[in-house]
Amino acid sequence: MSTVSVSNLSKIFNEGKANQVGALVDVSLSIEKGEFVSLIGPSGCGKSTLLRLIANLLEPTSGDIVVAGKSAKQSRLDQDYGMAFQQAGLFDWRTVTKNIELPLELKGWDKTKREARSREMLDLVKLPEFADHFPWQLSGGMQQRVAIARALAAHPPLLLMDEPFGALDEMTREHMQAELLSICAATGTTVVFVTHSIPEAVYLSNRVVVMSPRPGRITKIVDVNLDGHCNETTRERPEFFAAITAVREALRASGSHGHTGVGVEDR
Amino acid sequence: MKSRLRAALPPVVFGVAFFALWEAAVKIFDLKPYFLSAPSKIWDQFANNKSLIWEAARVSGTNALVGLLAGTVLGVAMSFLLSRYRILGDIVTPLAIALNAIPIFVLVAVLNNMYSITSEIPRRLMVTLVVYFIVLVNVAKGLTQVSPTQIELMRSYAAPESAILRKVRVPNAVPYLFTALKISAPAAVITAFVSEYFGGAQNGLGSRITSNIANSKNAAAWAYVLGACLLGLAFYLVSIIVESTATPGGAKRISGRSR
Repeated sequence: MSTVSVSNLSKIFNEGKANQVGALVDVSLSIEKGEFVSLIGPSGCGKSTLLRLIANLLEPTSGDIVVAGKSAKQSRLDQDYGMAFQQAGLFDWRTVTKNIELPLELKGWDKTKREARSREMLDLVKLPEFADHFPWQLSGGMQQRVAIARALAAHPPLLLMDEPFGALDEMTREHMQAELLSICAATGTTVVFVTHSIPEAVYLSNRVVVMSPRPGRITKIVDVNLDGHCNETTRERPEFFAAITAVREALRASGSHGHTGVGVEDR
Repeated sequence: MKSRLRAALPPVVFGVAFFALWEAAVKIFDLKPYFLSAPSKIWDQFANNKSLIWEAARVSGTNALVGLLAGTVLGVAMSFLLSRYRILGDIVTPLAIALNAIPIFVLVAVLNNMYSITSEIPRRLMVTLVVYFIVLVNVAKGLTQVSPTQIELMRSYAAPESAILRKVRVPNAVPYLFTALKISAPAAVITAFVSEYFGGAQNGLGSRITSNIANSKNAAAWAYVLGACLLGLAFYLVSIIVESTATPGGAKRISGRSR
């Protein structure tokens, strides 16, 4: 059974009004358990919209979404997914531990259970010594790691990420990508990852979903086979470059790269 | 500690020099007391009338404090209503900002007519009104200007609106409340003084300043001005102390907002 199943999904903003915008047209996608899938495309292609529809933060205009075998709304109510954004979105008035515990508080977990879990998550993201720090005392990369720990705190089967490393510098970014892969390998979490960086998508994913400019549709799905990725040499292997070329060509074919070339980075 | 001393040195030197110059100017140019009193004369008056000044400061200070507390409570309550019912906010907020820009404390003259001549209520109402708008505008901002990412996160946790209020909006508004208090504490004292200029009982610092000037007792008037300065300063200092004890690292939190 697939973790996320999207069929014939369309989203029109401000339907019937003068400022009507078609964001997504007839998108179908199935993501298997344990898979890492990236959504890539130019700015405004609807990749973030697709992620928010899966998260039930937006309602689709038409089409069906099934997440973890339930309707998108039910799986949001059951907290079946964790979410991380470009901004870490940590709460300044809560310590690192208390930030990680927030989703558990809302689930009604008791204090001892919450504390045990937040310790476990801090070990997972390698920040155990920062438990009692406040977010503003951490670097951008560390804040993002706390955000990932928070997203995974309830052990959701699905992780939805919207350009989580977009605001980080290149070195930190590559480091975080490797960390994320090892976390996902350890927890078996399924990931849907929105990015506009081709190498990032290729490095992280089993499949890269290439989307066209507005209105967004899926133009190609590139399979990446870097079996046993997750080490430093991955980025130097010929398969890595072959996959990058495949994604770039798919983007170009969809009219979103090369000549128009907006919003997709080669780094 | 050493750097703090070094930071305090320039203003202290400036202050001492300023008063020395003032004293010297009065002596050298032989300025008459009805024109400008020497700082030493003012200090004498202050020392001689300590208990009277204290008594007047207590009256003005109580008015300021009562108005400050009442205005804060009302302002916070109203800001919760505004953040809950956005339509109300769209109507009231521009009005509150506009009212904030005009010297509404002249209303005290009208209020004085509504109560008996010795009543302190008009002055306290005036302070309440001034503080109310400052608190309302700031706290409402804190309750509504929450990072969109944090709201999306809370919705992804299926958090009800009540939990978003308790866990996001209220803590987000706390620094805004203290900013409002830092602005309104001195404003409350100033409003309390100025309210006394419009008649009523002659018992506060503001009315003592006017009555001493009317009697050409300039140095005494200046002594009450000094008392007024100290009272305003005391209110401001207390608001800062309250802030730093209530929110550890509060200032840092605002300047070093995490991403």
